[in-house]
Amino acid sequence: MSENCMHAQFTVNGETVDAQVPVRMHLVDYLRDELGLTGSHLGCEHGVCGACQVMVDGQVVRGCLTLAIQANGKQVQTIEGLTENRELQQLQAAFLEHNAFQCGFCSSGMLLTALEITKHHKQATREEIRELISGNYCRCTGYQAIVNAIESVLVKSSSESGAKV
Amino acid sequence: MKSPDFSYLKVQTMADVFSALQEHGDSAQLLAGGQSLLAMLNLRMANPKILIDISGLESLKGIHKTGDVVRIGALTTHHEVLSSSIVQTHVPLLAQAVPYVAHLAIRNKGTIGGSLALGDPAAEYPAVALALNATLVIQSASGERRVKAIDFFLSLYRTAVQAHEVLIAVEFPVATSNQRFVFSELARRKGDYAMVGMALAISLDGPTIRDASLAFMAMDDKPILAPHAMKAMVGQPINQQTIAEAQKGLDADLHPAGDLLANAATKKHLSRVLLSRALMQAGATHV
Repeated sequence: MSENCMHAQFTVNGETVDAQVPVRMHLVDYLRDELGLTGSHLGCEHGVCGACQVMVDGQVVRGCLTLAIQANGKQVQTIEGLTENRELQQLQAAFLEHNAFQCGFCSSGMLLTALEITKHHKQATREEIRELISGNYCRCTGYQAIVNAIESVLVKSSSESGAKV
Repeated sequence: MKSPDFSYLKVQTMADVFSALQEHGDSAQLLAGGQSLLAMLNLRMANPKILIDISGLESLKGIHKTGDVVRIGALTTHHEVLSSSIVQTHVPLLAQAVPYVAHLAIRNKGTIGGSLALGDPAAEYPAVALALNATLVIQSASGERRVKAIDFFLSLYRTAVQAHEVLIAVEFPVATSNQRFVFSELARRKGDYAMVGMALAISLDGPTIRDASLAFMAMDDKPILAPHAMKAMVGQPINQQTIAEAQKGLDADLHPAGDLLANAATKKHLSRVLLSRALMQAGATHV
């Protein structure tokens, strides 16, 4: 018995995908196995670890809890497509500086959460940063380095915007 | 794991939903935000023949206050509930509970109606709905019916919603100035499944508790009220004696089975701790 497929059209990192998609396939499997975009990682596959996160229409979501077919008509961005983004570059540099990458498995998901923090929670305290990243497991850093990295970007951007005033 | 195979239908109108439900009956599953359903599919705990994706139905989205009722459309996301000034101002118990609902990325997609209709006994919204005596609005091809939270949650993952029906909204009463609310929850990691969680709503008459509603989550196969503890609070001032009496009431009210997160004795102990903290907090904000 062949599995159910349906037609879908969406963009991934600005490029159009127009294809027959297996309806039971979640978005991260599609990105990794069909499109070769292996920057989003597959950890728990039931929404707990956060390694699979991608952006859909500008919002960070769990890639394993989104069907590829649900991306129909939407804009998907992965870590690969976001590296040209200035905010993300700042975060990547800060992660490097603070040794917040280590094994790297959680990093792409963690960076997308961090990106959402720098966009929508510019005033977040350390405690709030911890709460906002609580949906992303990291088994190496103990989170301290990650919190330091995100905090340093928030402090830097607030002092930059302060300087303009 | 990978999900079993199914077919998929994205609907554009409520009429399409009802005709699809009529055609497929029990073998269909509604897909809203999918933040529990997709996990259950990946774990093969669910095995529907067809997913009916209702996420495009704009009429089921949004938060509105009409008179003394705040109505929240079933497809309103946790993120939208969390950022709503109407919820902050008029349904403070719900506002306190949403930060405990999952994590940032899941809150962007998961919906209030999806959580309520799933009927997970460890979830936040069902306990809040019960404590606030909320009304669940259910629609079918033949019309609309309204069910109080106490009659809505039947048992583990079972609610009053029938196979041909859709939960379309939840209505919360607007808070009054003499009411105090506390939502509190203990979990290993914030946003994860609760070991125990509690939603308290009290009405004050000066220093005296005139009315009390207290709901617990993760204590039974559905969210439950704690009638003995509620009775012990009514007519009393908030003090150590009232707290002790209410805690005693919990012994009669709560009969949890242990689970992977905490055994029965731990759950009962933690429920007493949460209630004590909640009453002290409610008392501290008394004016």
